[in-house]
Amino acid sequence: MATIIVDNKSYTVDERQNLLAACLGHGLNVPYFCWHPAMGSVGACRQCAVKQFKDDRDQSGRLVMSCMTPATNGTRISIDDPEAKAFRASVIEWLMVNHPHDCPVCDEGGECHLQDMTVMTGHVYRRYRFPKRTHRNQSLGPFIRHEMNRCIQCYRCIRFYRDYAGGRDLNVFGSHDALYFGREQDGTLENEFSGNLVEVCPTGVFTDKTFFHHYTRKWDLQSAQSICPHCSLGCNTTVSERYGIVRRIANRFNSQVNGYFLCDRGRFGYEYVNSDKRIKRALVRPERDRAKPAKPEGVPQVLEMAGDRLRHARGIIGIGSPRASLEANVALRSLVGPQRFFQGVDEQEHQLISTILSILRTGPVPSASIRDAEQSDAVFVLGADLLNDASRLALALLQSIRQQPMERVDELKIPRWDEAAVRNAVQDRRGPLFIAGYQHTWFHEYATDTYFAAPDDIARLGFAVAGTIGQGAPSVPDLTGEVRELAQRIGDALTHAERPLIIAGTGSGSQATIEAAANVAWALHHQGKQPRLSFVLPECNSAGLALLGGGSLNGAFESIRRGQADTVIVLENDLYRRADQAKVDAFLDTAQTVIVIDSLEHPTAAHADVLLPAATYSESDGTLVNQEGRAQRFYQVFVPDGDVTESWRWLRDLARAKSQEVDGLTGVATWGNLDDAVSATAAAAPELARIGEVAPSARFRVVGQKVPRQSDRCSGRTSLISHLTVHEPPPPVDPDSPLGFTMEGYRGPLPSPLISQFWAPGWNSIQAVNKYQDEVGGPLRDEMPGVRLIEPVGTKAPHWFTAMPRAFQPSSREWLLLPLPAVFGGEELSNQSPAIAERISPPFLSLHPSDGARLNLEDHITIDLALQGTTYRLAVHLESSTPVGTAGISLVPELSGMRAPAWVDLFEAIQTERTRRVA
Amino acid sequence: MLSEIERRELEDAVKSYPDKRGAAIDALLTIQRRRGWISDDSLLEIAKFLEVTAEDLDSVATFYNLVFRKPVGRHVAFMCDSISCWIKGCEQVQEQIKKLYDVDLGQTTSDGRLTVLPIACLGQCERAPAVMIDQDVYGDVTPEKIEQIVEKYK
Amino acid sequence: MERPLTQHIHPDGTTRTLREYVKEGGYRCLERLAAGLAPKDVQRLVTEAGLRGRGGGGFRTGTKWSFVPMGPDAPKPKYIVANGDEMEPGTFKDRVLMEGDPHGLVEGMILAGYAIDAEIGYIFLRGEYHLSAQRLNQAIAEAYAEGYLGKPLPGTGFRFDLHLHASAGRYICGEETALINALEGKRAVPRAKPPFPQTVGLWGQPTIVQNVETLYNLPHIINHGADWYHRLSRTQDGGTKIYGISGRVTNPGWWELPLGITARELLERHARGMADGVRFRGLLPGGISTAFMTEEHLDLPMDFSSIPPEIGRLGTGTMIILDDQTCPVGFVLNLEKFFARESCGWCTPCREGLPWVAKLLTSFEAGRATSDDLSLLEMHAKWLAPGHTFCGLAPGAMAPLQSALKYFHDDFERHITSGGCPWSRKSAQRRILV
Ligand SMILES: Cc1cc2nc3c(=O)[nH]c(=O)nc-3n(C[C@H](O)[C@H](O)[C@H](O)COP(=O)(O)O)c2cc1C
Ligand code: SF4
Ligand code: FES
Repeated sequence: MATIIVDNKSYTVDERQNLLAACLGHGLNVPYFCWHPAMGSVGACRQCAVKQFKDDRDQSGRLVMSCMTPATNGTRISIDDPEAKAFRASVIEWLMVNHPHDCPVCDEGGECHLQDMTVMTGHVYRRYRFPKRTHRNQSLGPFIRHEMNRCIQCYRCIRFYRDYAGGRDLNVFGSHDALYFGREQDGTLENEFSGNLVEVCPTGVFTDKTFFHHYTRKWDLQSAQSICPHCSLGCNTTVSERYGIVRRIANRFNSQVNGYFLCDRGRFGYEYVNSDKRIKRALVRPERDRAKPAKPEGVPQVLEMAGDRLRHARGIIGIGSPRASLEANVALRSLVGPQRFFQGVDEQEHQLISTILSILRTGPVPSASIRDAEQSDAVFVLGADLLNDASRLALALLQSIRQQPMERVDELKIPRWDEAAVRNAVQDRRGPLFIAGYQHTWFHEYATDTYFAAPDDIARLGFAVAGTIGQGAPSVPDLTGEVRELAQRIGDALTHAERPLIIAGTGSGSQATIEAAANVAWALHHQGKQPRLSFVLPECNSAGLALLGGGSLNGAFESIRRGQADTVIVLENDLYRRADQAKVDAFLDTAQTVIVIDSLEHPTAAHADVLLPAATYSESDGTLVNQEGRAQRFYQVFVPDGDVTESWRWLRDLARAKSQEVDGLTGVATWGNLDDAVSATAAAAPELARIGEVAPSARFRVVGQKVPRQSDRCSGRTSLISHLTVHEPPPPVDPDSPLGFTMEGYRGPLPSPLISQFWAPGWNSIQAVNKYQDEVGGPLRDEMPGVRLIEPVGTKAPHWFTAMPRAFQPSSREWLLLPLPAVFGGEELSNQSPAIAERISPPFLSLHPSDGARLNLEDHITIDLALQGTTYRLAVHLESSTPVGTAGISLVPELSGMRAPAWVDLFEAIQTERTRRVA
Repeated sequence: MLSEIERRELEDAVKSYPDKRGAAIDALLTIQRRRGWISDDSLLEIAKFLEVTAEDLDSVATFYNLVFRKPVGRHVAFMCDSISCWIKGCEQVQEQIKKLYDVDLGQTTSDGRLTVLPIACLGQCERAPAVMIDQDVYGDVTPEKIEQIVEKYK
Repeated sequence: MERPLTQHIHPDGTTRTLREYVKEGGYRCLERLAAGLAPKDVQRLVTEAGLRGRGGGGFRTGTKWSFVPMGPDAPKPKYIVANGDEMEPGTFKDRVLMEGDPHGLVEGMILAGYAIDAEIGYIFLRGEYHLSAQRLNQAIAEAYAEGYLGKPLPGTGFRFDLHLHASAGRYICGEETALINALEGKRAVPRAKPPFPQTVGLWGQPTIVQNVETLYNLPHIINHGADWYHRLSRTQDGGTKIYGISGRVTNPGWWELPLGITARELLERHARGMADGVRFRGLLPGGISTAFMTEEHLDLPMDFSSIPPEIGRLGTGTMIILDDQTCPVGFVLNLEKFFARESCGWCTPCREGLPWVAKLLTSFEAGRATSDDLSLLEMHAKWLAPGHTFCGLAPGAMAPLQSALKYFHDDFERHITSGGCPWSRKSAQRRILV
């Protein structure tokens, strides 16, 4: 700790910071542009100038850039010094030389860092009277709009895109005052994190194109805190709405999870909420004839009918969902009883996740948060395709490879925030990152070593690595020399690290890779290291659902087949994505009554006798548990129209309708608000006991007030429905949370789960998050970053996994079909968002070139593939990274019903003559 | 496509640097010597050779004024416009060129013969004003002499 | 008067051959290395000689070298780079040396490399110096053939490799950290200091960037010693300097002279006074990043120590003369247009401020300026100061402007009051190229 003196007051600061960060951390306003808490200092914009004095006798001082000056003990500076102020105003004046006067039509207006800084510095009068330079804008794809004239040349965009996120197709061109930030030619920005440009750019050069399509000023947005539902990582977001339309997603800082950045699937996947395919009305099929369409009915009638059917059912089973909240699943479990509650995932997934749970529960190695991943100094990925399946984690690993080279930086006494100097010192040096997988992505270019092989071979490599680390971990006897050497290299790198991280996942369907990962981590643990494990799971609440327990989908099928039940309630789940069509058909046809609660139309919903429109994550509250085991709360943003309501409320109403009694209700039927749901959830399983600590309860008030979802400048409230009535309707009541659907309420400091939009006086852009941290870049003040539900129980010797698969043997006729996750296209909900849909690549089958030759297939031709009862049309990709004897299949919507891994006879499955060529 | 000889020259250029990317500027100038300028296609070919993206290379290419990203004439006249030459009347020389060949700074004659570009001090200040045509430097240039000089370049 | 750097340069512009070079004492100091002169001895000699960088900054070469990590644990490789970018307008001294005596640079580089134990050298040459490139390439090839390069030097085990990099333009490449980026094949944007290139330079390795003329001094210091070197100069800075004069003088050119000669001697004796019909008004002592000096400063010794900082600095030692027939505002406009065009575009004050200054000066010339414009010029001169901008380019650009506002204030005023350029309304119109 150091003491610095700012304008004659002392402040205690961390001497490892720069002065800018130190001042911001104490709430002092110093304007800046090029510095970013996650990306460090480069000293380009010169906006953060302050006066530095040698000692207390020094009266004149000199201007320094606060972002480039360390906060060493005894530093004396002045922010208010007239010369410093005048200089900072001049910097704005220079930046404004070419900046257009288009705030009124600029999407950034009202949340523009440049606007804020301009006001802060007090530059008000234009003295530049010459023409401004202008630029042509580029068309950058469905996510990002480009308006180069607004650029202030802070270089943040390319520093984020290239240096931080590993992107290559955005750069700066030209020199002097003719600089252009863009692509070499028009075209879609390729990087999976391009959406962060919207927040990283301090002005309106890069703006959210999806937001543009239904634009609303920031202050007119009604917002709530949310958790991204589009993968298992649980990034924190702010979802904003107006007039019943979700308008956009912004990053919501959580120091342990997503920090400052989201992936594009998470940021742009939200539009499914506004989709035409939304189920808005409760439907019933009165005659038990599935050929006839279900019809809308009044909710009371629907419930009555459903209740009637439930009362007369010969057994009700419930199928839960890994994409529904814990509370919704608990509600279903309560309705049908734990024995008749099934997790709604297939047998394989069920098995993999329970293995993972038991590894995390019983082994000595804890799971890693994304923050931990960023900090790890050696990483080994077994079989998981992070870029496509857990993108934000891949972004974290791009930072982790900077950890080891930082030793050199420290030796050279370069402060870590001095990004420009760090990059010069580090050059191309990278810390260890080993990736074993079967689909090549650009992320592999950052790896120390890659290994492309079938899952069994990846597992064997993993077991071998554990073996080289020793400590009793079993080794693999019959390895080829090459793999043995690779295993040795990986083992050495991991043992040389302090905080190694081992990552595996369910994506490849391989149990062995998961077990191998555990062996590696455990071996490292016994070496005295502080390893972490990270398992990528399929969906946003896969972990929560697994903690709750319940059998697999097969069990559900069985109980209907055996006649143990005749009524099914399917919660937010399209079974056709999880089992063969024939099986699901048989299941649904056999069931007497099928009740489906979901938000989007899908084949399962089409089979429903009773279809209840579920609220999406932006229309409901609930808790999700991410792959780390961290429980986090998401909040309702707005009250949806139609019959849409929370799944748990439907289930409660079903329970009430079923029992028909007013008194003597039990379980879910007694729930009144979310607090009841949360309490019931806490009681549902021992590990869920702390669920109530995730966020304040609905009773939480500050000075008797709720927390508003709208900004206090929200305009036009009284005229919102003036075409219907001139009376302002009372705002909807929210019984479930401390939030209100209004602009009235408490606006002071809040526990972090209740902060929906970061705002502070003078700080209208998202950079206001600085004002919510004691140390910029550090945790939010009073941060409640969620509750980790699974911690290792002890350090006892693990039971090593010993079931090592045999080396993968290609077969003569059959190929092992391997699932290839796709960041765009691989997730059910985001696929329905138009911007994401534009980025989904056509389905393909990827083969090793030698297999292509064996099958007489050329690269890029189109084939018809008859598989599992369906015929798919797809393109052939010949990739040398695809292991021989395997065939990768992209998990895009057209192929969502396909089951993989599976062995298929491609000679037979490829039916038609391959005639057409794809460009 | 890079010709055999271009590829060999590029491979030569790379030898002076620890990595291929280091040779980016040499590579651009090498290909420009052969092709006169760096077209988008040339840029892509060089980028491929250097194993960098088009953005990587163009970011470098557009920074430097001696890399031409637009076509130039068969000959390029670099007119020093820095201070010593300015004192000694480079503007008059330039006007003379305009009169004779109908080209302004930054333009190419309609017959594609000559591109006229401004250039920072050519280091010939003791014999200002100076002009460099292709690789030949001329000092003590006057409006009267310039035609004779340019006429050597057809 | 001794002229160690240039006495053997052919007056007819042809190059000094390897044969001549060796016959006249070239590469001889390599024998002294073989005879046991250790790197630290070379460093000591250079420090004692008081050699100061000739690239414009006048930094003490010995001091600069002392920051390079030495010894067996020092990072490898280290680099030595010759800064042959010479794009400072008015400056042409390095060209004279490289064209006339290419082997001198090769030898200087070997010595500098030896002194800091850097086994790889680059000559960073501005792209327009085709003749220098050709002659240096030949010299390098010859030095390889002779075994001065590419093989362990006899008796030392030190082996040196030397490459020539021809630049693709841009004045900022002369700034040493921008130069390093350019050598790495990147945009020539300067790097923040610290860390200095001596510890983190080319490809992150310890690197010394040294002006070409500085390097030419090394063999002579090694051969003749520090005392001899001190005696060459008239002042406490050792050695000779290549001075030059351009502008409207009778005999523009360059001369190797003892450091500390006065501007008056240079102007009157060597340049033989002002050209017919023009009178002296001022001079920029060494390139355009230095402040104007006027009549009253003509008797200052032109070296690194004798010019008071409030007056200016020597810079590159190649002077540009402003005469009374040339408009000082137009003169400064020409400079600022240069600087605006050559800004790398990294930091705000330089990128946005310089073009504004150029546009303001253009309005002065066009007779559209107001007294507010004068204060805007002054504002820029004040703000674009060292430390306020990322590198030295913009402060360099302000040196002539600020001093012009001081010495030629009346001329600026006259542009406002007379509604145009008093020197030539017509030529002023022509110069509007915004
Ligand atoms: C904008 C700018 C341009 C420069 N141009 C040159 C140059 O062309 N040649 C040169 O030797 N030094 C130039 N320098 C100085 C170099 O940065 C560096 O100080 C010098 O090469 C060191 O060599 P020396 O110590 O031998 O003088 C320039 C500096 C700045 C700020
Ligand atoms: S586009 Fe935005 S982020 Fe990039 S340099 Fe310009 S202002 Fe900065
Ligand atoms: S924030 Fe400090 S220079 Fe840009």
